[in-house]
Amino acid sequence: MTASAILIQFLNGLASASSLFFVAAGLSLIFGVTRIVNFAHGSLYMLGTYMGCSLVEYFGRTPLGFWGGVLIAGLAAALIGAMIEATLLRRLYQAPELLQLLATFALVLVIKDFALWAWGPEDVLGPRAPGLDGAVTIAGRAFPEYDLLLIALGPVVLGLLWLLLTRTRWGSLVRAATEDREMAGALGVNQGWLFTGVFALGSLLAGFGGAVNIPREPATLMMDLSIISDVFVVVVVGGMGSIPGAFLAALLISEIKAFCIGIGEVHAYGIDISFSKLTLVVEFIVMAIVLVIRPWGLLGRAASVARGPGTLEDPLRSPSRHLLALGVAVLGVLVLMPVLGDAYTLVLLGDILVFALFSVSLHFIIGPAGMHSFGHAAYFGLGAYGAALALKHLVPMEAALFAGPFVAALGAVVFGWFCVRLSGVYLAMLTLAFAQITWSVVFQWDSFTGGSNGVVDVWPAAWLGSKTAYYYLTLVLATAGILLLWRMLYAPFGYALRAVRDSPLRADAIGIDARRFQWAGFSLAGLFAGLAGALYAFSKGSISPEVVAIPRSVDGLVMVLLGGIQTLTGPVAGAAVFTWLQDTIARNTDFWRATLGVIILILVLAFPQGATGMLRRRFAREQS
Amino acid sequence: MTALAARNLCKAYGGVQAVDDVSFSVAAGEVLAMIGPNGAGKTTCFNMVNGQLLPDKGTLEFEGRSIAGRAPREIWRMGVGRTFQITATFASMTVRENVQMALLSHYRRLASLFSVAARQHREEAEGLLERVGMRDQAERACAVLAYGDLKRVELAIALANAPRLLLMDEPTAGMAPGERSELMQLTADLARDSNIAVLFTEHDMDVVFTHADRIVVLAQGRLIAQGDPAHVRADARVREVYLGSMHA
Repeated sequence: MTASAILIQFLNGLASASSLFFVAAGLSLIFGVTRIVNFAHGSLYMLGTYMGCSLVEYFGRTPLGFWGGVLIAGLAAALIGAMIEATLLRRLYQAPELLQLLATFALVLVIKDFALWAWGPEDVLGPRAPGLDGAVTIAGRAFPEYDLLLIALGPVVLGLLWLLLTRTRWGSLVRAATEDREMAGALGVNQGWLFTGVFALGSLLAGFGGAVNIPREPATLMMDLSIISDVFVVVVVGGMGSIPGAFLAALLISEIKAFCIGIGEVHAYGIDISFSKLTLVVEFIVMAIVLVIRPWGLLGRAASVARGPGTLEDPLRSPSRHLLALGVAVLGVLVLMPVLGDAYTLVLLGDILVFALFSVSLHFIIGPAGMHSFGHAAYFGLGAYGAALALKHLVPMEAALFAGPFVAALGAVVFGWFCVRLSGVYLAMLTLAFAQITWSVVFQWDSFTGGSNGVVDVWPAAWLGSKTAYYYLTLVLATAGILLLWRMLYAPFGYALRAVRDSPLRADAIGIDARRFQWAGFSLAGLFAGLAGALYAFSKGSISPEVVAIPRSVDGLVMVLLGGIQTLTGPVAGAAVFTWLQDTIARNTDFWRATLGVIILILVLAFPQGATGMLRRRFAREQS
Repeated sequence: MTALAARNLCKAYGGVQAVDDVSFSVAAGEVLAMIGPNGAGKTTCFNMVNGQLLPDKGTLEFEGRSIAGRAPREIWRMGVGRTFQITATFASMTVRENVQMALLSHYRRLASLFSVAARQHREEAEGLLERVGMRDQAERACAVLAYGDLKRVELAIALANAPRLLLMDEPTAGMAPGERSELMQLTADLARDSNIAVLFTEHDMDVVFTHADRIVVLAQGRLIAQGDPAHVRADARVREVYLGSMHA
């Protein structure tokens, strides 16, 4: 690269950093005070972009119309954020962390379908900024004027936030609550207003960050999840709750990405490396490195240990006679299904079995092992791709079916090594990062994985070719997988995982090597998720990068949490209900996401401990 | 025989010398109490012995092998059991299962994937619970136990390791007065019967002077006296440290 090219790429990086910083600062503020990881933050950014486009069209393409539109879009996002906090999230501050996450993800679904309804499926191109639509010449190259403004806007907003947080009474309350929420509460801070205010400010930053970007990027329905994973990375790299950290991390990541694009294709040592294709992966690599070296981010501080007991879980009992009888009965019906049901039911049941195995493998690590994974789809996807690609490389289907879980376990061993070094939100973010890396590799490596088209013609061997035969294969393997995972939870290994979760201090004091057990647990969960993925691939005949995408990971969380994380059977029930529900809704409405989102929200609000947990409690009450 | 020997231990936090050149030892079968007013350095000393803190200077040996800087789990493997000032047990497990976990670890059978944990070492766990008087509560979840009972479960967990050294940080904190003496009497009996060395810190002077064979006294990070209870009781500097403020 020439010196002038380097300068231009550097300026490009600075310009991208600003908007990323606004959104990340908003998420960081909200997390700092409320301890909620708001998945819907990206959706507010998306709404900001869409609303910005529409408002500028409405006001007219004048400087006043443009900036008025951008500001009002930000304010509208603030209003929406405040409403979400006041009507929904406020009811969930006492709920388990994962359930809060689930609620915010339900909002993602609802907002996505709202945008689909309001703006349609096509991308919306934003207007250029009147008066700033030209270019200036820097070092002999054209550079957009608007980007110069964005470069200036980043530090300005950082300065304003700094003034707000250090020079106003409200700001010191925010900082107090971030430092020690309970103490701030004990000192009489009105938490209700503070939380709503912080949500409004955070959402304002998200909406503004989206609206200010309209001359640079079109509004699309995909941008909510793509920005949220970027922002997670920025916030985690910078340190959760640290605004300067978010600024620094946004700069760092935007610059690295800009230079990857700038470098482009490199031919060295006989191999071609495409740096521009690396952009999707590089931020997650940065994050993985930062988290391993500084587990609390560049400018963050080690999280204070939460006080008081976590969610209390009853001791693990052997299954009652009734439950065993029910299990045998369900299995009996499943065995008879090819006779009783039609082809459609058989396919649906096959899906349910696959997802039950996936959900049980996820429960294995987020429940008893207490490791909150946001990225379990990575192992499902590795299993699916491992099997499909093995088949494509002329391995018999029967062997490919087992190559899938093997690849997934390998992935889990590598990723798990990093993950077990972290805990809590940071662990969750890292698992998400690894899932995104996997997705990016699958999506971009056209020549090997088929890129966005995926892999087609992934059919089972002839003797398993009929619907009935494949159904029985799925039934046997999924049931065996689930029973093995459960068995391990009753074994000393599973107890050791729970021991590490219950009291790391005591576990260490009685000689348990926490990381080794967690690593092994993580890898085993990956293995079984991979088996589910492999079964899935052959049941569909083709796979696409969707099997690794964020929504797949979230589906797993929904199944586990709806079923009830504190029971073993809950994840199976959750998988059955969720898979059936998704299928039914998808067949009956175009807005299946929103419908599903609303159903999840209702369930979360009604049963903050999961459905099975609620049933069990009611049952226990009747008995006593 | 000397079980634990600490020589010239030092630990500073920033500019504050929390522990300054402290040496002491505990013999097998001996109950040693470490006392001192708040801020004397007891907890710092204790955490160096149990592996949570690395000493700046000095040596720590258990049965002649250095333990300074070793992880708590390694120290356990060498044959040391411990209880915490604020109890730490596995809340989602029953009392018996807590002890079974310690036994499974002691016999190195934790990695087993397919045996049933609740059936392993069951009798031995009940035997240990019997010794600390908790057998009748074996089926209860640790999450619902009274605090004094948790302390006794912790003792059973520590004993599951067949320890040759028992470390107890404020073993009776949070217990009713009657319970305190009972627990320490039990500990002292166990130490003598099974030839276990016991090191404990304690605030309750009645407990200390009744049950300790020997006492070391810390003040402002330094060791100011050690010896049997009668000797320590008569020591002028100990009286000054403990009673000085009252006379002033």
